[in-house]
Amino acid sequence: MNTPFVGDLVPDSKTGEAFTLGPLVTGPPCCEPVPKIRVESLSLSYGQNEVLRNISLDIYGGCITALIGPSGCGKTSLLSSINRLTDLVPGCQVQGRILREGGDIHAPGVDVHALRRDVGMIFQRPNPFPLSIRRNLALPLREHGLRNAREIDDRIERSLKDVGLWDEISDRLDAPAQALSGGQQQRLCIARALVLEPSVLLMDEPCSALDPISSAVVEDLVESLRGRYTVVIVTHNLAQARRIANYAAFFWVKDRAGTLVEFDHCKRLFESPRDERTAAYVSGARG
Amino acid sequence: MPDAVLYPGSARAGSTPTFFWRNLALQSFVWLASLLIIGVFLWLLGDILWRGASRVDWEFLISVPKSAGRSGGIAPIIVSTVLILVVAIAVAFPLGLATAALLSEYARQGGAKVRGVGLSLDVLAGVPSIVFGLFGNAFFCVWMGLGFSILSGGLTLACMILPIVIRTAESGLRMVPDEWRLGAAALGVSRSTTIVRILIPAAAPALVAGLMLGIGRAMAETAALIFTSGYVDRMPRSVFDSGRAISVHIYDLTMNVAGGDPNAYGSALVLIALLIVINSAALWLANRALDRKPSRS
Amino acid sequence: MVKTLSPNVRDRRLLWTLSLSAATAAGLLLLILIFLAKEAWPVLSTVGVTSFVMDSSWHPLEGTFGLTPMLAASVAMSALAILIAAPLGVALALFCRFYAMGPVARLFRWAVVLLAGIPSVVLGLWGLTTLVPLINDLRAPGTSLLAGSVVLALMILPTIALTTEAALTSVSQSYWTGASALGLSREAIILAVALPTARNSIAAGVLLASARALGETMAVLMVSGNVVQLPSSLFDPVRTLTANIALEMAYATGTHRASLFVSGLALTLLVLALAAAARRSGGQVVHA
Ligand SMILES: Nc1ncnc2c1ncn2[C@@H]1O[C@H](COP(=O)(O)OP(=O)(O)OP(=O)(O)O)[C@@H](O)[C@H]1O
Ligand SMILES: [Mg+2]
Repeated sequence: MNTPFVGDLVPDSKTGEAFTLGPLVTGPPCCEPVPKIRVESLSLSYGQNEVLRNISLDIYGGCITALIGPSGCGKTSLLSSINRLTDLVPGCQVQGRILREGGDIHAPGVDVHALRRDVGMIFQRPNPFPLSIRRNLALPLREHGLRNAREIDDRIERSLKDVGLWDEISDRLDAPAQALSGGQQQRLCIARALVLEPSVLLMDEPCSALDPISSAVVEDLVESLRGRYTVVIVTHNLAQARRIANYAAFFWVKDRAGTLVEFDHCKRLFESPRDERTAAYVSGARG
Repeated sequence: MPDAVLYPGSARAGSTPTFFWRNLALQSFVWLASLLIIGVFLWLLGDILWRGASRVDWEFLISVPKSAGRSGGIAPIIVSTVLILVVAIAVAFPLGLATAALLSEYARQGGAKVRGVGLSLDVLAGVPSIVFGLFGNAFFCVWMGLGFSILSGGLTLACMILPIVIRTAESGLRMVPDEWRLGAAALGVSRSTTIVRILIPAAAPALVAGLMLGIGRAMAETAALIFTSGYVDRMPRSVFDSGRAISVHIYDLTMNVAGGDPNAYGSALVLIALLIVINSAALWLANRALDRKPSRS
Repeated sequence: MVKTLSPNVRDRRLLWTLSLSAATAAGLLLLILIFLAKEAWPVLSTVGVTSFVMDSSWHPLEGTFGLTPMLAASVAMSALAILIAAPLGVALALFCRFYAMGPVARLFRWAVVLLAGIPSVVLGLWGLTTLVPLINDLRAPGTSLLAGSVVLALMILPTIALTTEAALTSVSQSYWTGASALGLSREAIILAVALPTARNSIAAGVLLASARALGETMAVLMVSGNVVQLPSSLFDPVRTLTANIALEMAYATGTHRASLFVSGLALTLLVLALAAAARRSGGQVVHA
């Protein structure tokens, strides 16, 4: 795949030419610009209120894509439409297509449960269930048909090790998850998503409710997921986006609806943005 | 009085004689009324405690009534009461919980139909208890052929407490924060698992509180039981036997048994003590339910 | 691996179960009304509604079905109870809200909640053994319309007090500071701001309380003497609709039984109308 799709979809506003993405600037070489998810002219509205207009963007497999933009421009809405969590919101209509490995996720007959199993999501506020740590992780496994207790325990252990919690809490797996610290809770939520072995992780400001230390821990964790998972992360912390993301998409509210202004390699978007709104935003002048 | 709003400056606290008398009159009325109420309440409570305490001891609780209840204890009455309550709860709780889950989790999807259920429950809550007694007699005792029995009485009470059990369970489920619903959905967990394994356990204190309120309501009830579970004061052998609930016992001793008052007061004290315990437990659980929110960091 | 149902199937089954339960719960009201009507039908179809209203006396075995005296007793007793309980209940709410200090207010509130929880049969017992002898000293026989009203008033007072207090709490917070900033006295605030604003909720509470009063059986039955007659004074013994049902159901058969169901049906409709009015007048209703 040598001609990435972005070029066709987001014409360069200055030159009028389609731009292409070159080789990766940051991140290990495992990130190939092969689209894992393609969002095609997506529009989303809550009732009469359009919040996303004509968004087209590719999310590359194994890479970390950061979504940035001012509050209210629809980043969370975009994330939730990728795993069809928007189905749960009354009056939310989604137009356009979202292709996951070539298939439209809105096509009739698509199993949402399977979709969400493969596309995990982490929320802004840690939301471990009011159960024990072990049950938090076992519940989704059982739900997806895993019955073998040994295997369940193995997978719990593996995912807790992945998020670096194993050493901290392996001796109290049966304690209530709510007793953990905020940062631990958030990592538990990540483990809970990972335990299902998804291929995509959607993260909605996973660090914003955490203190700086926990935030750094989670950030390192996200960084370590690169290559194995396709990560889409929303963050208001531009420095963080810059540190961990391979690609970045900048959203802006235009005519009261969120639009995609620029999508590029993270480094390029921050260092030589092509749109002046992007430039102003990343330099801290606006937004 | 509207002057006070129109010309606030003119109504400085009690500055003019008219306002002074008006204020004094209102103030004295409020004080007198409150003291009167609290006085009557203490009188009532004191009477029950005083007259009841002289009867109630361990022996009273474990012996059978003698000479139509004038002497002896209330053991079979307590057993019947408990059995009636067990029947009522066994029916009302699952039915109520399921209905509450529908009302809180599918309200959007169900639209008008679900609202209809809610309205019907509110109406049901207003039906007088004696009418439940009539219905229970006609439906459970006669039509279903259960006769005067603990089962009929319990089922009648189940109908009566259903609205309160449902409404408290519903508000308990609604208090469960959406983040858990979203979190579960994002893991591909089905709605049924979410409700059964996450939402109901999370709302458990509120559910039990509602249940307790229902039990309290049922235990205080007399009119719905007189012609459903009957009067028989023997020890019941099964739920198909007639059994006398404690409130019916109090009624019968007061109205139909000359010289039954002392034991009636004894039974009243037992009943009130139980009610206070149950209601306090309900309150405590309901408050705990309010505390159980996801922790914020 | 055990074969499991797919999530969609499980969801559908759960929805079915829940809907079935909800339908049962909602259908209960209908079932009750149907059974009341069914049991009342034998006499309604032969005698007709008119004789229940027009007949002057209640002798169902002899074919006169006049409910008027008992209906009058029910209404008079409830009205009297409201007359006693409404000012006292509102005053108590004002006391807890505006006059009492924190712990005192809490104590009073606790007493009201406790009072609300006292079973009607216990109030009846207390009324009969304590209140009735006192009234008897004034005028025999003591068991009377007055005794019934006082006991009823005790029963419904908590409903009124709690509803009023809830309404006062929800309105007064914001007004209180504003009004005291204007230099209004506490009484002026109560009369000019708090009560008028809470008016609808208080009315709803009173309507709800009257519905409860009309439907109350045991306490009334135990203290009011149970003579079927149109009350002509406060000290007359009277029999309410509810007491009549409770007293006669035990032995009634045939037309007699059916006519008791007619009175039950009438009572239900009356009470539900009041509850509907309470709902319409809106306001926050606290179930005591
Ligand atoms: N459930 C909903 N119903 C109606 N409107 C909604 C809903 N969720 C979000 N919105 C609206 O959609 C717009 C976009 O919201 P969204 O949460 O997607 O923004 P965001 O970019 O994630 O903002 P933030 O950075 O503050 O999280 C906002 O104007 C919001 O008010
Ligand atoms: Mg957001």
